[in-house]
Amino acid sequence: MAATADKERLDRDFSELYRAHLRDVYSYAYYRVGNHHDAEDLTEQTFLQAYRHFERAQRESDGRPLRPWLIRIAHNLAANFYRDRSRRPMTQLEDASVLHEPHGTEQLVEEREEVKEVLEGVSKLPDDRREALIMRFALGMDNREIARALGRSEGATKVLIHRAIKQLEDSIREDSDE
Amino acid sequence: MSDRVEQLLRSALVPIEPPEALSDRLERGLSELTEVAAAELADWELSAMRDPRNWGRPVAAVVVGSVAAGGLVLVRARQQQKKRNATGLQALEKSIRGVADDIEKRLKR
Repeated sequence: MAATADKERLDRDFSELYRAHLRDVYSYAYYRVGNHHDAEDLTEQTFLQAYRHFERAQRESDGRPLRPWLIRIAHNLAANFYRDRSRRPMTQLEDASVLHEPHGTEQLVEEREEVKEVLEGVSKLPDDRREALIMRFALGMDNREIARALGRSEGATKVLIHRAIKQLEDSIREDSDE
Repeated sequence: MSDRVEQLLRSALVPIEPPEALSDRLERGLSELTEVAAAELADWELSAMRDPRNWGRPVAAVVVGSVAAGGLVLVRARQQQKKRNATGLQALEKSIRGVADDIEKRLKR
């Protein structure tokens, strides 16, 4: 009967993980694949995969949060998704909900243009830089979490994010100079 | 400029709420999946207590049952992936069955 109790505890813990991070996984998937249909598919597969390996992950996590592990699963599945279908991300980031919000004043319209410009810049970044920015800004992950999700050191992650922002800044400046 | 870019990134990369239909489907799927796995596990515990020689097979059944249910319930899991998993699990079941048979033979001696 001990095994059943362990299973129940495991399922309860998994449900908590699911509830806490469904939005994170979905947001990551959406910004990664660029459309709701594939984002749903990727989210489902991520949780299915996570359930299969949850016991081991929990055992090996040593009490650390499991969000980076979950995002890493989504990251690997997304990589397979592109490899299998031999296609690159077609991230239409301008579809993000913020751009559908009604804006009234001239200032807001201007800001909307800037946001659009930033999103275009993000979509042109190399994959690792784009992913790091998605994790930082859409998911609110800190350097340590991002490092675990990307399988890098914290130092390397800090540099990665810094370079991503710098590259973005340069591309916005170039665009405005033209 | 960096601060401005970061501010714009915060406005641009907002968290996206999953569609309600997806949440419902996933929750239903996950709860069915865990129920199936729990039922299989309870069956295994009963058989295990009755006959230790059969420990191997129900373990495989639990694994196969859980994953198969996951494949059925969590929609649109890729066919290819299912096939890969099934093959892996069949091999696992076979090897566990082999151990169980071996134990059975030793006990009969």
